Amino acid sequence: MKSTKHLVALGVFLLAVFGVVPAAIAATGRVDLYYTLTAVALLSIASAGVWLTFYIGRINIGQGAYALVGGYISALLITKADLSFWWTLPLSGIFCAGLAVLIGMPILRLRGVYFAMVTLVLTEVSRLAALALPLTNGAKGITSIRMPAELAIFGWTLIPDFNTLENPKLAFYWMAATMMTVSYAVLWRIVNSRLGHLCRSLQQNEELASSIGVNIARLRLLAYAISSFFGGIAGASFVAISQSVYPSSFQTTDSVNFMLNCFLGGLGYVFGPMLGTLLLYFGWDLLFATGKFQLLIYSSLMVALMLLLPNGVLSLLDRKRDRP
Amino acid sequence: MSTILEVKSATKRFGGLTAVNNISFDVQEREILSVIGPNGAGKSTLFKLIASFLPTSSGEVFFRGERISNRAPHTVARKGVVRTFQETTIFRSMTVRENIIVAHHLRSKASLLGFFLGSRLAVADEAAFAVSADGIIDFLGMGAIRNEMASNLPQGHLRALGMAIGLATQPALLLLDEPFAGMNHDETMHMVSLVRRLRDERGITVLLVEHDMPAVMKISDRIVVLNFGEKIAQGTPAEIQNNPKVIEAYLGAEDAAIGM
Repeated sequence: MKSTKHLVALGVFLLAVFGVVPAAIAATGRVDLYYTLTAVALLSIASAGVWLTFYIGRINIGQGAYALVGGYISALLITKADLSFWWTLPLSGIFCAGLAVLIGMPILRLRGVYFAMVTLVLTEVSRLAALALPLTNGAKGITSIRMPAELAIFGWTLIPDFNTLENPKLAFYWMAATMMTVSYAVLWRIVNSRLGHLCRSLQQNEELASSIGVNIARLRLLAYAISSFFGGIAGASFVAISQSVYPSSFQTTDSVNFMLNCFLGGLGYVFGPMLGTLLLYFGWDLLFATGKFQLLIYSSLMVALMLLLPNGVLSLLDRKRDRP
Repeated sequence: MSTILEVKSATKRFGGLTAVNNISFDVQEREILSVIGPNGAGKSTLFKLIASFLPTSSGEVFFRGERISNRAPHTVARKGVVRTFQETTIFRSMTVRENIIVAHHLRSKASLLGFFLGSRLAVADEAAFAVSADGIIDFLGMGAIRNEMASNLPQGHLRALGMAIGLATQPALLLLDEPFAGMNHDETMHMVSLVRRLRDERGITVLLVEHDMPAVMKISDRIVVLNFGEKIAQGTPAEIQNNPKVIEAYLGAEDAAIGM
């Protein structure tokens, strides 16, 4: 019964993302929406990572750092090592996961606002590192990065060379939407498997978790590494789309936004960050018409939402269900 | 009988204060041993040393011949020494049953990756945990509240849940931190019989730290008495009741408490 409901929800989701959206864009001719929606999909992957760190009880305002590192790793591997984008995608994720283990070992001992403060610094550190390192070419960044090349296995073309496509924007949309779907499927599976239950035990009481034999230090690192993997692949994909990366590609504001996406959608819901990213991204754009009041209205709305819906927009669904 | 736990000259200093001073005793297999003492005697500190929630300043604790002091708490739990908590330490946003199921962590045969992928071993594990959790719920008589959210439970049930979480790990030695605190007479007697059944029906050795004298006298095979961080007596309940040092420590307890 429950699993059929899940399957129906999955079907509707896939149809909307891969069917309705492209059809609607084709019908209205709003091709610019492809870029916007691609951005939303990729940002929601980074937000999914942040959400997972929330799930172990840590406020993560440093996802921008991993997105930036992932972007640079992909850019460097493509331009310097001549690797295909499709190889750099997992490699940048793995690099970020490894980096997260190194950084996480000391800082994951911190809790609450102390952890949040350190992660807030990470984005700035990565930006300054990108400015200062000779490898990253300073403020000029890395530009003219090749489009994703053909991906073939045993002569079978899985993904065609993006240069040969007449509409690479659509291809990027498909790529981002597929990545988002897979990422959220992974996240959903984590949360609904024992790994997720242990993460919840960590979030609710670390002392008790260790007394029932959970290696809390290792579990924290694991969750943080997965979270940063998401950040890394999101960053790498962004670089592939813009074909360039600069130290300012991901900034502290982005890190804060990743966190806000989670809050807005709901920390208790796997798909919260996805909805949060969508609402926040389009909400900000819609408010553009209000000119200089944009930030004021936007922040007032955020404050109001946090007061009225502290558990996120998705908690509206639960309220409805609780009513007899 | 064989020795399950051996505390050897355990000492803990906090700066200039020696909270636990050179304490040695042992616990036998399937024994119920209580550690008692007035406020500030060092009971809770000793308890934390045994469960490795605090490192010792000097001295060691052995479980079945293996040193367990100064190690990570989860490795000690893995060996079969599991503590419960004085306060309402539970997973608040889970139901009673979820609390107990998650506490079966130590007994999983599948890896976390296996659980993620839903391997056959993992599915079998989850099924076994559910059965075992229901067994514990029945054992502790918590059937009526199995699907209650833990944060909604009253104090008495929380204590039972804390014990259920401890039981789920299948400990060889269960460390109970003030299991009778804040209970009335009937609740205490119920808990006393429960602790006995832990030993009699499940073969678990119990070491408890407690204030409640009548309950301790009723339940314990042996008692260790602490005062000002030192062991002042050890023996059966009858021996302890007639020990002049113990009587003195307790009659002077009021003054000592004011003096602190």
